[in-house]
Amino acid sequence: MQNVGKSVTRVDAYDKITGRAKYTDDLCDNRSALVLRIVRSTIAHGYVKSIDASEAEKVPGFVKIFTCFDVPEIDFATAGHPYSPDPSHQDTADRRILNRHVRYYGDDIAVIVAENEIAAAQAARKVKVEYEELPFVLDAQEAMKPDAPVIHCELFQSNVLKHTDVRIGNYAEAIKEPGLICVDKWYDTQTVQHCHIENFICYAYEEAGKVVVVSSTQIPHIVRRITGQALGEPWGNIRIIKPYIGGGFGNKQDALYEPLTAWVCRKMGGRLVKIDVSREETFVNNRVRHAIRYHIISWVKPDGTFVARKLECFSDQGGYASHGHSIVAKGLGAFAKMFPCPNVEADAYTVYTNKPVGGAMRGYGMPQASFAFDCATEDIATALGIDSLELRRRTLMPKGFKDGFFKTEQYYDSYNQCLDRATAYIDYEKKHKEYAHQTGDIRKGVGVGTFWYNTGVWPISLECSSCRMVLNQDGTIQVQVGETEIGQGADTAYSQMAADVVGLKDYRDVHIVSNQDTDITPFGLGAYASRQTYMVGFSVTQTGKLLKKKILDYAHEMTRMPVDILDVVDSNIVRKGDGRVLVSLAQLATTAFYDTVHCDHLTAESTYQIKSNAYSFGCCAAEVEVDIPLCRVQVKKIINVHDCGNLINPALAEAQVHGGQSMGIGYALSERLIFDPKTGRVLNNNLLDYKLSTAMDHPHLEAQFVENPEPTNPFGTKSLGEPPACTVAQAIRNAVLNATGVAVNDLPLHPQNLYKRFCEEGLIKDPWQKEE
Amino acid sequence: MKDQYRLVEFNLNGKDVSCMVDCRASLTDMLRNDYRLTSVKKGCEVGECGACNVLIDGECFNSCIYLAVWARGKKIRTLESLLGPNGELSDIQQAFVDETAVQCGFCTPGFVMTAVEILESGKVYTDDELRKLLSGHLCRCTGYENILRAVKKTMYKRNGLEWKEDN
Repeated sequence: MQNVGKSVTRVDAYDKITGRAKYTDDLCDNRSALVLRIVRSTIAHGYVKSIDASEAEKVPGFVKIFTCFDVPEIDFATAGHPYSPDPSHQDTADRRILNRHVRYYGDDIAVIVAENEIAAAQAARKVKVEYEELPFVLDAQEAMKPDAPVIHCELFQSNVLKHTDVRIGNYAEAIKEPGLICVDKWYDTQTVQHCHIENFICYAYEEAGKVVVVSSTQIPHIVRRITGQALGEPWGNIRIIKPYIGGGFGNKQDALYEPLTAWVCRKMGGRLVKIDVSREETFVNNRVRHAIRYHIISWVKPDGTFVARKLECFSDQGGYASHGHSIVAKGLGAFAKMFPCPNVEADAYTVYTNKPVGGAMRGYGMPQASFAFDCATEDIATALGIDSLELRRRTLMPKGFKDGFFKTEQYYDSYNQCLDRATAYIDYEKKHKEYAHQTGDIRKGVGVGTFWYNTGVWPISLECSSCRMVLNQDGTIQVQVGETEIGQGADTAYSQMAADVVGLKDYRDVHIVSNQDTDITPFGLGAYASRQTYMVGFSVTQTGKLLKKKILDYAHEMTRMPVDILDVVDSNIVRKGDGRVLVSLAQLATTAFYDTVHCDHLTAESTYQIKSNAYSFGCCAAEVEVDIPLCRVQVKKIINVHDCGNLINPALAEAQVHGGQSMGIGYALSERLIFDPKTGRVLNNNLLDYKLSTAMDHPHLEAQFVENPEPTNPFGTKSLGEPPACTVAQAIRNAVLNATGVAVNDLPLHPQNLYKRFCEEGLIKDPWQKEE
Repeated sequence: MKDQYRLVEFNLNGKDVSCMVDCRASLTDMLRNDYRLTSVKKGCEVGECGACNVLIDGECFNSCIYLAVWARGKKIRTLESLLGPNGELSDIQQAFVDETAVQCGFCTPGFVMTAVEILESGKVYTDDELRKLLSGHLCRCTGYENILRAVKKTMYKRNGLEWKEDN
């Protein structure tokens, strides 16, 4: 391979480093655009009885208001899943473009159309709303109680959106074995948000009778379908264009406000309308990571052998279904794979609450699940007084493990290979013993954490990728796929792969069309499930071979040589036997374009339907310093080691890991959305009060790889996008345990939480606590 | 309504310019809407994320919380000013490219402008100092690792210091 496997420069680096790359707002004609501003509910649950806009209408620049009483009576689902023709596999259609039944504080109940942002904001503030208030509930387990208010009473009898289970062996019988030790723990994860730096934004206008929506989305083809469904229009009436986007991390793997904007555009006679969601709204009114609570009961032998395990997961869905149960179900399914056990009883519940909506976020339920599963292993080792690293090595999915459902296996000894590298880097084994019995205010600790992830969504949902290649006069090619560049570097990886498949000298001879346009781009599903490089690997290979065959057929005409002895090497047509260059690809292409006897525009297009999946593995090791009186944790050293198969671009892969580690450090130590228990309102929906990590909160981020080629993929690659975020929190939590002897089972480990735990464990004395 | 607009004369990327602006407009609004400078990004519009950073008389500011009318008489520099006449990247831009410090690209221009301020100080900072100087910018893609490296390498180069991999 000439291009694949090299750390070449990103194809979009120049445009981005010069500020020229066009994002959604850069493309919008802001002088003529009408601006939308959503009027939001100031109650967490109830019904809108009436809306009085008489004062709003007086604001200079006010144009129009549409309310929940005006929207189409069509319920739709927003999750960015591939469509399923089977109704039982479709997402829950539980919301309208604007909602009369308010399900969380801030719900969309009306929209102002105005001439500018200021008028829109002023008018929105002047709208008077009368509600019929209902009781609300802010906790998944509370919402499961019989007396809880039913949030989607139109569709369900209770708040449980879905319950699924896994049963292996016989848990009830197995726990009767004499001599077993029971470790019974709860683990809790918090609500966090994606915090991509570009907030969601889209604008819509009519052209040729269709609604064109330019949107900051990861999934243009899927959003086209959802927008068509929400408007009750044929899907071909909708055209979605996706420019460069300033990060997504799963939040933009959902139809956010494209349906609303498209609908308002229609209502305004096709005029250009734009919605630019504020940072404050992004936190509350887009999607968030599900807060999931886990209960794990493990019955183990004194040597640590897992005999029987019970798992309960309670996933806080918030007010609307979005990605719903698929998030917690991923962890549920992973439980007995990551740590195989002969007897398992596992249940997961996804429960509506009156909170912001849980959707896809980098890791799709696995940061939560891996945190709980890995902490449980650490806690079992602690309970038994055995070495936790050794217990992991013995209990994690072994080489040769087969998964009948995903039809994949653990082909290598990946976990041990990754653990070897990570623990060596931080000198784990020596330090873990050394740090075990410290005293004093400042203590150090080391910890490891592991994760499991897969690649794409087959066989749960459709997996396909379509690719188009077009040969230019100069022997370069255009490549288009539906799998979107969202910052991760996908376009560069595709260019490297395409160059090698076709036989081009340089990846820069591939002109990747970065932007997707559903009227032009071949059908593809977009950026999610860490699927892009794996899936495009298939479609680029298949389409590249089709194009190459056409090139060689034309070369045969030009050179008289049989196709079988020809190849394309370094952008030349080469005779394989003696390596002689017969004609350059550029000469061939120009001839093919303009030959008066046989003109042919050489292009290829094909869809590859992927019917395989691939497991991705890895771990994190961290060294922390805990200031006990300050209740503060600092990460001093951190390494992630990933087996994501062969690397297409090592430098980009490393950069991908850094971002995941950073998100993981925030998840572990500082990030959380805070809800007012009295109102259900989010209290810290801004980047000042929501504590995202800054450069000061990180040590050097070390990323390493174990490159075991994935046998199912033409490039031997598999998922890396999400995995780095799935393994950090447990490593840090276990390191704090090593440093202090205190197991903290709920995230984040921020000072308030540590203060509570350190008081409980007697490390510090609560000055406000009354003497007994 | 007439009083709402003011004439602002200032120097933008080396050129004297003047513009009638809404006195409520931020410098971000003016640079984006009136001068089409797409490097000035909006990430929060309340001075939290740093995506809109520009240099005002050599000092970095969040242009989203700096009123456009305050630009009067000032020298404003945006990322666009760094490019050479034939589109050559400046050393700091090239370092961002070489060190894979660019991902989604949305925080990038702001970071580069703070880096310019750091580099133009002529000082050599420690890692901890650099982290602090860069901490006014939020990035969700890079973990800041390669950004820090790009700034540090350029700082070493400009100050004639030898770069070693374990620096």
